[in-house]
Amino acid sequence: MTLIRTKHNRRSFLKISSAAGGGMLIGFNWLVACQPASKEVANVPKEWFDINAYIKIADTGLVTIYSPNPEIGQNVKTSMPMLVAEELDVDWKNVVVEQGHLNTQKYSRQIAGGSQSIRHGWQSLRMAGASARRVLMEAAASQWQVPVSELTTENGIISHKNSDKSVHYGEVATAAASLEVPENIELKDPKDFKIIGKATKNVDGSKIITGKPLFGLDYKKEGMKIAMIIHPPAFGMKIKGFDASSVKSMPGILDVFKVQTAPAEKQWSDTNAFPELVAIVGETTWQVMKAKKALEVDWELESTLESSEGHNLALDKALNSPAEKPARLDGDPDKAFKNAAKVIEKVYSAPFLPHNTMEPMNFFADVTGENAELTGPIQTPESLRKSASDLLGLPEDKINVNMTRMGGGFGRRLYGNFGLEAAAISKHVNAPVKLIYTREDDMTQGTYRPAYKIKYSAALDENNELIGFKLRGVGMNEGPIFANRFPAGTVPHYLAENKSVDSNISTGAWRAPRSNFIAGAEQSFIDEVAEAAGKDPIDFRLELFEKAIKNPVGEKNDYDPERYAGVLKLIKEKAGWGKDMPGIHRGVSAYYCHNSYVAQVVDIALENGQPKVKKIWCAVDCGIVVNPEGAINQIEGGMVDGIGHGMYGGITFKDGVADQSNFNKYSLIRNSQAPEAVEVFFVDNGIDPTGLGEPSLPPIIAALANSMYKATGKRLYKQPFAQKDIVVG
Amino acid sequence: MATFNIKVNGQAHQIDVEPDTPLLWVLRDHLDMVGTKFGCGIAQCGACTVHLNGIAVRSCSLPISNVGESEVVTIEGLSEKADHALQTAWLEHDVPQCGYCQAGQIMNAAALLSRNPNPSDKEIETAMDGNLCRCGTYIRIKAAIKTAAQQMS
Repeated sequence: MTLIRTKHNRRSFLKISSAAGGGMLIGFNWLVACQPASKEVANVPKEWFDINAYIKIADTGLVTIYSPNPEIGQNVKTSMPMLVAEELDVDWKNVVVEQGHLNTQKYSRQIAGGSQSIRHGWQSLRMAGASARRVLMEAAASQWQVPVSELTTENGIISHKNSDKSVHYGEVATAAASLEVPENIELKDPKDFKIIGKATKNVDGSKIITGKPLFGLDYKKEGMKIAMIIHPPAFGMKIKGFDASSVKSMPGILDVFKVQTAPAEKQWSDTNAFPELVAIVGETTWQVMKAKKALEVDWELESTLESSEGHNLALDKALNSPAEKPARLDGDPDKAFKNAAKVIEKVYSAPFLPHNTMEPMNFFADVTGENAELTGPIQTPESLRKSASDLLGLPEDKINVNMTRMGGGFGRRLYGNFGLEAAAISKHVNAPVKLIYTREDDMTQGTYRPAYKIKYSAALDENNELIGFKLRGVGMNEGPIFANRFPAGTVPHYLAENKSVDSNISTGAWRAPRSNFIAGAEQSFIDEVAEAAGKDPIDFRLELFEKAIKNPVGEKNDYDPERYAGVLKLIKEKAGWGKDMPGIHRGVSAYYCHNSYVAQVVDIALENGQPKVKKIWCAVDCGIVVNPEGAINQIEGGMVDGIGHGMYGGITFKDGVADQSNFNKYSLIRNSQAPEAVEVFFVDNGIDPTGLGEPSLPPIIAALANSMYKATGKRLYKQPFAQKDIVVG
Repeated sequence: MATFNIKVNGQAHQIDVEPDTPLLWVLRDHLDMVGTKFGCGIAQCGACTVHLNGIAVRSCSLPISNVGESEVVTIEGLSEKADHALQTAWLEHDVPQCGYCQAGQIMNAAALLSRNPNPSDKEIETAMDGNLCRCGTYIRIKAAIKTAAQQMS
């Protein structure tokens, strides 16, 4: 049993109960339509009681759990309520899940990013469940005039040990709702978990497979107009002018105007290359699309027009001179390299990547003189509200931000410019509007994963021990280096340098930022160094981790070498590493990011000269696995996504214009290119859980490259692997 | 503007729109059926897949003037009780992540199974290659199609 003092959180819970009486839902009917999860709960609830910010209980015993964080496909809308339900001790089939909307008084860190939702919610969500269970028990104890210690709960039923009294939660919910949360809350011992650790289906599954409205693009409101934007065709250009009258007379078109969408005070989430846009508002999507196509806009130069060739040269130049100061320096790397028996040096590169969420950017806004409703797909609702307040000149408490399910996020919806654009357009036309991006708007608008290059150098002594290691990473607007990650800590002489090259092409977080490049490069290089040392690639890595366990270099290493080695040992055993498999070429990789550890073995076969991934073996240490079903799905998807982008991804530029603007020119991985089979193994260690939205993606690029090397004898240094001679950027 | 009479999921509808309006936007904007999704607008991603007389088509690139008297079936009309073998298999395999592309995937798979009730892996891949999923749920999509094929045989 874990005892948690609630004092720190007590205040917020009390505030919640007093605020919750009048119904706490910011709702729109189709999103909150609650259908009992089971037919067994046949009674339709007459009354609901708010127990705390996360839980309301109906008179029938049916439980609603609010999922506080944005859902982008990482499945937190299932796994976060599982944490609440576990400690509340209810039957999962009597639980209905609803999306909580932005409410900073009730919830903390309502962000989908960094694979952190489960890690951050682990204590608070279980505590919400446990404290609700406790007040329900106290209400029953008070009703029966017995000590609360004589009561037990099971599946939403409270029973008295010494009598045959029992009551379901719904019957004491009204009394419980007014009780104070006790100071100490007991949490379950993980061995008693009934819901956590059990494969649980996606709570929105039925709605998804029947086409129910769930996503931002599906949202509608009475009187709503459709808006689209035209952004400059090239990074470095801005609007010069346009003749609105040429399209204003087109059917259904209501207004065409220039709109300013940047807040005065920019936050990190306001990254946006094109704050000034042409907006077109009309009655229906097709009418607005046609006007958008027909409108001729004159553009003028604002800054420089960049091209991939220039990016490539600039990155190379940056790569060939030292950083002003090292990101990390251990020992004397120059001396180690001078004394080395063997030196290996390689350069790796990867291009800009668009996010390409399947649901293009969109947002609903209804801005009046006094308040605003902003509804749609956003990974950072709190940041959006702050910037909208600035842009609209409305106080934050007059702006409601509601979250819809998102058709993918991958980092793109951390940057809420489309929400601000919808707000500015709604304000201008004084009507509710839904802003919709076309795929071309979406793919050419920016906030890309930066293009990167990195130079690795390794020094081996005469005994093939790794004595020196250097890495110099460069990237557009951002360098790719994590100063204190592996192999830092395992090598006595170590130098990491990080540099960036300025660009007017906007860049930002993309699923597993920086790791999505560095893991592929690092783990490919380590493979090559292992080969130069004449060692098995897994054994070579394990030797390094052994050094970090027994005698780490430096104090700031931000990984646990035992857990790192643990996933490698597990995958070595499970994949039967070392055994001869005719026609199969194997590559290995391991990486730590977002607090989770992943090791992979990729088996490929050459079919008609083309690589085909026959199987991926994947070991994961994310501590306790909350929902094995969703966890495996995330891990599979991350690896398919990683293979897709490593093989085929990339956006290039000529004179500021993106060369790829839709899926006819941009290759996203397709069904036939996916691995034939995946098997996932979890380390069972009882450690508090960490996230899985990102960690399986970064290492797979190297596992793939290393297996391709085995198959073809050629090392791969330049992404995308499937296209030869493409320039970086 | 012109008037069109179309049949969607067995129901007749009269719609006044420009003749070049794609079926996708008729469904979404005029008939309030938003299960069919907008992904690319150029028939490259499959999110907008519906059936036209049982054949899978990309509704983003099909003008309403070309629909004529064809029977249109959307995800909302694939089954009455969400019990098409593919829908059941999709839940059993817990296929969706973000879920946005899945209606198109299911509609495309349904057309495949109606013309080829027992497809090989290769046939599934070929048929499903026009439907993109950025979340990377392809392995589960394939498994769910195989389960549904078994169920239906």
